[in-house]
Amino acid sequence: MISDGKFGKYGGIFVPELLIPAIEELESAFYQYKDDKNFNKELDYYLREFAGRPTSLYHTQRLSEKLGCKIYLKREDLLHTGAHKINNTLGQGLLAKFMGKERLIAETGAGQHGIATAVIGALFGFPTDVYMGSEDIKRQRLNVFRMELSGARVISVESGSKTLKDSINEALRDWITNVDNTHYLIGSSMGPHPYPTMVKHFQSVIGRESRKQILEKDDKLPDAVIACVGGGSNAIGIFSAFQDDREVELIGAEGGGEGPSGRNGATLSFGTEGVLHGSLSFVLQDDDGQISEAHSVSAGLDYPGVGPEHSLMMVEGRAKYEPVMDNEALRGFKLLSKYEGIIPALESSHAVACAEKYAKKPENKGKTIIINLSGRGDKDMHIVSQKMGAGV
Amino acid sequence: MNNGPETYPEMFKRVKEKSEGAFIPFVVAGDPDLETSLLVVKEMVNAGADALEIGFPFSDPVADGPTIQAADVRALKSGMTTSKGFEFIRHIREFTDIPIGLLVYYNLIYQRGIGQFYKEAQKNGVNGILIADLPPEEASSAIEFSKKFGISQIFMVAQTTSNSRLSHISQMAEGFIYVVAVKGVTGARSDLERDTLDLIHRVRKHTDLPICVGFGISKTDHIKKVLKAGSNGAIVASVLVELIEKYQEDRRVMLMEIRRLCLALKKATRGCGP
Repeated sequence: MISDGKFGKYGGIFVPELLIPAIEELESAFYQYKDDKNFNKELDYYLREFAGRPTSLYHTQRLSEKLGCKIYLKREDLLHTGAHKINNTLGQGLLAKFMGKERLIAETGAGQHGIATAVIGALFGFPTDVYMGSEDIKRQRLNVFRMELSGARVISVESGSKTLKDSINEALRDWITNVDNTHYLIGSSMGPHPYPTMVKHFQSVIGRESRKQILEKDDKLPDAVIACVGGGSNAIGIFSAFQDDREVELIGAEGGGEGPSGRNGATLSFGTEGVLHGSLSFVLQDDDGQISEAHSVSAGLDYPGVGPEHSLMMVEGRAKYEPVMDNEALRGFKLLSKYEGIIPALESSHAVACAEKYAKKPENKGKTIIINLSGRGDKDMHIVSQKMGAGV
Repeated sequence: MNNGPETYPEMFKRVKEKSEGAFIPFVVAGDPDLETSLLVVKEMVNAGADALEIGFPFSDPVADGPTIQAADVRALKSGMTTSKGFEFIRHIREFTDIPIGLLVYYNLIYQRGIGQFYKEAQKNGVNGILIADLPPEEASSAIEFSKKFGISQIFMVAQTTSNSRLSHISQMAEGFIYVVAVKGVTGARSDLERDTLDLIHRVRKHTDLPICVGFGISKTDHIKKVLKAGSNGAIVASVLVELIEKYQEDRRVMLMEIRRLCLALKKATRGCGP
């Protein structure tokens, strides 16, 4: 291996021996192509022409006025498939193509990463299998249909809790069995090395654009950058460009669910150190190390682990992570919809709610904030309408 | 037990002297409950098991197929914990001296404290520990404590393992080398791939340690083939766990079936020693 994949003591390669050759091959290809001129030329082409980059950094008027801060939105919600996920699936999909792989597999919770992978499978002509918990399939029929329209096969996962973490287990098992011809396209900055580093690399385009755009508009860096954190890919993507600017506060909004004593997905806020899905990080677990089931109103934050670099940024104090409860996220959802006409994904609504809390502190009055609006809310209409009693 | 449990080298010497291979059955501690799984182990020992592989159940066993995962779920539902796992080993030690290997996922060890886990393992009579999701790259702490507490650190190798890794792993490993018979996760299979037999030959060239083959060994014919190819033992898991699953409502039949299968599997190791 070229690197041990450690962020401080976090990260690493905690996988069965059977997977090591696949990981070595992937790592070597990633380091070879990430700075390759032809690879990047092609990736830039697809990011621009297929996905719709660059996305704008939009200065909100009414929301800024209401909250007494200068609030920008990084509009990842405007990308093809409606979220930042496509940055990573394009990068990894192209890498799989350069590596000569013949098949893609992916895990998905609510279906967003599954869709972003299915679309890339269609774009590059890969047969694509997406693992999805049978519970999630029931809750997300529409997304299953979208994936199938793009030619992917959605495989129902019946093991364990039948949700995202079990889909990751099944996808890992598939990869263990079919390492020769298959690329496992992990959807977040978690998993064994090189995934956390690789996913960050492909999502760092969010940060690079944001930094350039804010300097063009304001001629200075923002005071705070706020993003939601499930596995943590959109957050690490936007944080990456500001990590060395100590004066910029980096804040991750976790899925606080029902709070610390109830079911939640706030791994950094309420979890402890442990090894899950290939890396050492923070996890939700019992005293023996059995992994707990996570819960959040937003399926994308409903994961009992978190990317290892976030664990390091938290313990080093470089970033803060705050739990945002389900009801607070719903308020953020309504706030942005009402004041800006932009309906955010429930995941991103956590970042909006977190920004609202930040802006309300007297010491933060008038500060400049970038919210990473990682996805749009169309997919969440039925959940929100139910919660509001609108019964759409 | 006057001199403590039998060691792995002693066990392999014992079976070799009888021109046999080692028959090593696997069971998940607490599947479907602590009392029943203890009776299962007793049947396995009485039927001629030469050593035991005991799995501690984990909520997210990525190296295992659906059969073992379902066993983990049953065990956890019945209230298994790490403490009860060690209690289970202690009870096994009341009736047998044969080597006991643990098969665990790293998070269980990490939460216990690595040193504490190895200490308790030694105290309760464990001979070896294999950590399913801990490749050599991450194993330095585990190896340090395995040496401190005199526990054999066992490693897996697979068809995908390169020769240079094979040499490296052979140097780190103790007890025996666990050869993964098939590409993929645990689970009973009907065919034994030609590649597996080639792999045994390849591993043999890189190590003086005994070799045991596991994953997908479900028939007497598989055992004969892998022993003939140079393996010193065979680890049988899923096909036994399937019996526990099938007869969980009827313990008497379950134990009878386990006994019958173990007798047949042990018999297959006779006259096949390397």
